[in-house]
Amino acid sequence: MHNVILIIIMALVTMFTRFLPFIVFKKNTPPFVKYLGQVLPTAIIGMLVVYCLKDIELLKYPFAIKEIIAVILVIVLQAKTRNSIISILCGTLIYMIM
Amino acid sequence: MKIKTVKTAFIKTIPVMAGYLFLGGGFGILMENAGYGILMSFIMSVIIYAGTGQYLGVSLLVGTASFLTTAITTFMVNARHIFYSVSMVEKYKDTKPYKPYLVFGLTDETYSLLCDIKIADNIDKNLFYFCVTFFNHCYWIMGCTLGNVISRFLPFSTTGIDFSMTALFVATFTEQWITNKNHLPAIVGVFCSLICLFIFGKENFLIPSMIIITFILFFIKPNMEVGNA
Repeated sequence: MHNVILIIIMALVTMFTRFLPFIVFKKNTPPFVKYLGQVLPTAIIGMLVVYCLKDIELLKYPFAIKEIIAVILVIVLQAKTRNSIISILCGTLIYMIM
Repeated sequence: MKIKTVKTAFIKTIPVMAGYLFLGGGFGILMENAGYGILMSFIMSVIIYAGTGQYLGVSLLVGTASFLTTAITTFMVNARHIFYSVSMVEKYKDTKPYKPYLVFGLTDETYSLLCDIKIADNIDKNLFYFCVTFFNHCYWIMGCTLGNVISRFLPFSTTGIDFSMTALFVATFTEQWITNKNHLPAIVGVFCSLICLFIFGKENFLIPSMIIITFILFFIKPNMEVGNA
C-alpha cells in the first residue's frame, strides 16, 4: 500500500512540474514568456547535449574517442543531409560498432 | 491528411523509439531486480512517464521512502519540466482537445522533437503533436515492461544503443544552429551548462544551469531586439 501511494505521489509531482506554467500563464502569455519560448529551446538543447556527454573522460584513455567521432559524424551528416533520421541512426550505429 | 500526419509523426519518433526501448528497458530490469513485477513497471511508465524520475523512483520504493522525501526528490529531479513547459505555453495554446495529454507527455525527448519544429501545410498540426507525444509514450511503456521480461534472459548485446539519445540532441542542436540566425541562445546554453557542470558536478548541474540560462537570456533580450530590427 505504501508503494502504491509513493507511485501516486511521484506521478502527481511530475504532472505538477509539467502543468504549472500552463496554469500560471493560462489567460494570456506575457511577452517575456513568448520571448523565452523562442530562445529557450535552443539553449536547453545545448544543455541536454552537455548532459548526455557528461560522463565522458577526455583526459583518460581512450579519451572519449568513440563519443567524439560519433558526435562529429552526427553534426556533419545533419549539416549535409538535413535529415535527422539519417544522422541519428548512422551516428548510433557507428558508436555501437566501435 | 490524417494518414500523412500520423506517418510523418511516426518517422520523426523513430530515434526516440530506439532510445526509449533501451532506457525503459533499463528501468524494467532495475524493477525486476528490486523485486517489482511487470504490473508495477507498466503503471509507473503510464502515469509517471519520466525517465530520471522513474529510475529514482525505484530506489525510493526499495528504501520505502517517506511521502515527503518522495515528493521533494521527485520535484527536484523533474523541475526542469517547468522550463520545457514555459517555452511551450505559446506553442500549445490552441491544441484542444489534446492539450492536457500534450502537457502530461512533455518529456525531454518529446520536447526536443517538438520545440522548434516547422510543420508543413499539409499536416494537421495538433494531431501531429498528439501522435509524437503518444508514440513516444508507447515506446516508453513497451521499454519499461519489456525490461522486466528481458531481465530473466540474457539479451543480445545492446550496449551503446542509448547513444541514440545523445545523437538526437546533437542533431537537433545542429539543425537549430543552421536554421537560426541568432546563435547566442545556443552558445549561452552550452557555455552555462559546461560551467555549471564543473561547479556543481554531474548530478546537480541541470537546475542551476537552467536558472542561469533563463536569467542570461532574459537580460540580453533588449540587445537582441535591436539586433533583429
